[in-house]
Amino acid sequence: MSTTAPPAAFTAFPGATISPNTYVDVAYEDKLALWEEVKADDRFPDYLYGCYECGICVASCPSARFYDFSPRKIAQAAAREDIELIYEQMNDDVWNCSQCFSCNRCPRQNSPGGLITLLREVAVRNGLGTAKEALEGYGRVVYKIMTTGTQISPDMLQPDAFPDWGPDVEKTSDNLDVWRRALPPETLHTTEMSWVVSEETLIELYLIWLHSDVMDMIAEADEGLHMIILDVMEETLEDAGYEI
Amino acid sequence: MTTDTTFIPLSEIRKPPVPNPENAPTEDIREVLYELEAAGELIVQRVPEPYIEVMTKYGRTKKIPEQMTWHHKSCGQCGHIPGYSTSIFWLNRQFGMNYVDPYDQTSCTAWNYYASATSNAVAQASVASRNFAAAYATGYFPMIHCGTSYGHYKETRMELAHHKDLRDKVRDIMGKLNKPLVVPEEIVHYSEWIHAMRDRIAQRQTLDFTGIVASIHPACHYYKLVTEDAIYDPDIYGGQRTATVTGIVESLGATVGDYSTFFDCCGFGFRHILVQRDFSRSFATQRKIEIMKEEANPDVVITHDTGCVTTLDKSQFAAKAHQRNVGVPVLSDAQFAALAMGAHPYRVVQLHWHATDYTALLEKMGIDWEKAWAEFEVDLGRLERNEIEFLSWEDADAK
Repeated sequence: MSTTAPPAAFTAFPGATISPNTYVDVAYEDKLALWEEVKADDRFPDYLYGCYECGICVASCPSARFYDFSPRKIAQAAAREDIELIYEQMNDDVWNCSQCFSCNRCPRQNSPGGLITLLREVAVRNGLGTAKEALEGYGRVVYKIMTTGTQISPDMLQPDAFPDWGPDVEKTSDNLDVWRRALPPETLHTTEMSWVVSEETLIELYLIWLHSDVMDMIAEADEGLHMIILDVMEETLEDAGYEI
Repeated sequence: MTTDTTFIPLSEIRKPPVPNPENAPTEDIREVLYELEAAGELIVQRVPEPYIEVMTKYGRTKKIPEQMTWHHKSCGQCGHIPGYSTSIFWLNRQFGMNYVDPYDQTSCTAWNYYASATSNAVAQASVASRNFAAAYATGYFPMIHCGTSYGHYKETRMELAHHKDLRDKVRDIMGKLNKPLVVPEEIVHYSEWIHAMRDRIAQRQTLDFTGIVASIHPACHYYKLVTEDAIYDPDIYGGQRTATVTGIVESLGATVGDYSTFFDCCGFGFRHILVQRDFSRSFATQRKIEIMKEEANPDVVITHDTGCVTTLDKSQFAAKAHQRNVGVPVLSDAQFAALAMGAHPYRVVQLHWHATDYTALLEKMGIDWEKAWAEFEVDLGRLERNEIEFLSWEDADAK
């Protein structure tokens, strides 16, 4: 694969590819560097083998039915290494994907969903503005998973958070404590996490976050959230005798 | 769209040949893992005996442990629809199976990863390996409750097997936790245990389900991620669709109500269900529930994953307000099987956490839900007055 020079009419930057440049304020070299980061991921060779343009991925894609979104275009742009289009997709398309991996039905064994995972990851790691926008309102969930080791908690079931789920949410919220105690499995006797996770286990989880560069990613995505999570982790780890 | 129920009965679908594993288009990842184990790269945790052998997509045999299982719980099940998890445990207890419900388990964190990408391959594989090592230390084998955990762990196992750099990084992190790098021989989903146990479950059935029509929704991350590990059976859909879930529904005597968008996802979307639910609601109701209603008119939808139950069930309230053709209760296969075996609809199956009206279904099953709710309210009163701290398993089965 190569990054071929585009017709001049399509771009203000020589060396870019055939798609119109919709992000003219970002240097081509910066866009190329992001793409190189995607390609450097060990998983990349398993996610892209070429594209027939058959559209099977689009036919099976839930997001394609409701958004201006196409997993075929993701695979096509990646196969052509269309740097301008890839950058545009990294900003404007990837957050529409449902990550259901229905597109894995590809007869070439492509995984457009897998490519999108990598594109998103690079977008977050590099703090792209659109990634930050996509994650607005999601910070509390990142906080929950990283600090409690579980993704959601019963006390998230508040009527103002889930008005579209009907009046039963309010009933659940009103009776939460007693309903949780009415669950026979002992691990479920909590309202603040999905199940009770031991402190020793949380310490191990925090060490994983610290040793795998995840905290750096959080810092790029949301500096305030990073500080809050780090505070929680530091307190627990220092109490357990670990130095950050 | 007009109602047309003239489908080819599933039993009449022509059976293609049983797949020969020698011709499988993918490698057998277990063989790769055994070689890595022999080279001292990792430990492969073997499936404990007794186990049940089932067939996967390309004709390979998969071992499903009967017991000695370490139950890797699901965030969404435990957090918002806890009757799902409770029913899985209840079924294990009914068969006297030896299992662990651990406190040293974390989420696989894949829901967050697929929603926000605020993680990376090393972190995801380390989280998986930490859970695997915790199970290994007990001698019990991981039984995965969540479809996304199951799919993600299959991907993670594949990545660990193929990428030495990743293995080295994860082994280094595991060393800091004083844990070995362990990978299970099989990644087993609880619904595979139910599938393998379906005849025994049917033998213990106390309710007649022959009048029940159930539409099946297979979870995407169960059979679309590392597809060769999912269970297929020549006697179910001619081996052309995953047999999991459909197998237990048929064994319990219910009629499977087929529909044309079987392969579509539920609309969960991972980030969408939390921060962009207009998409989830629209997809769940317009591409799944309404199609099921028009084509099969089921009494219930049966599925086998956290997100699917949540999205298909909770999305119907708003759609109903828009006069859409919805109104089908959604249960997991575990809840359906538990009800068939006489589980209490509230103490065990915990249906009060579900949104769509399920009372007509219970009546059709022969369950007096008003009496059952009254019994449960007595329990709640005892809890409120602190006469008991928690509802026990003995309370759950009290007559």
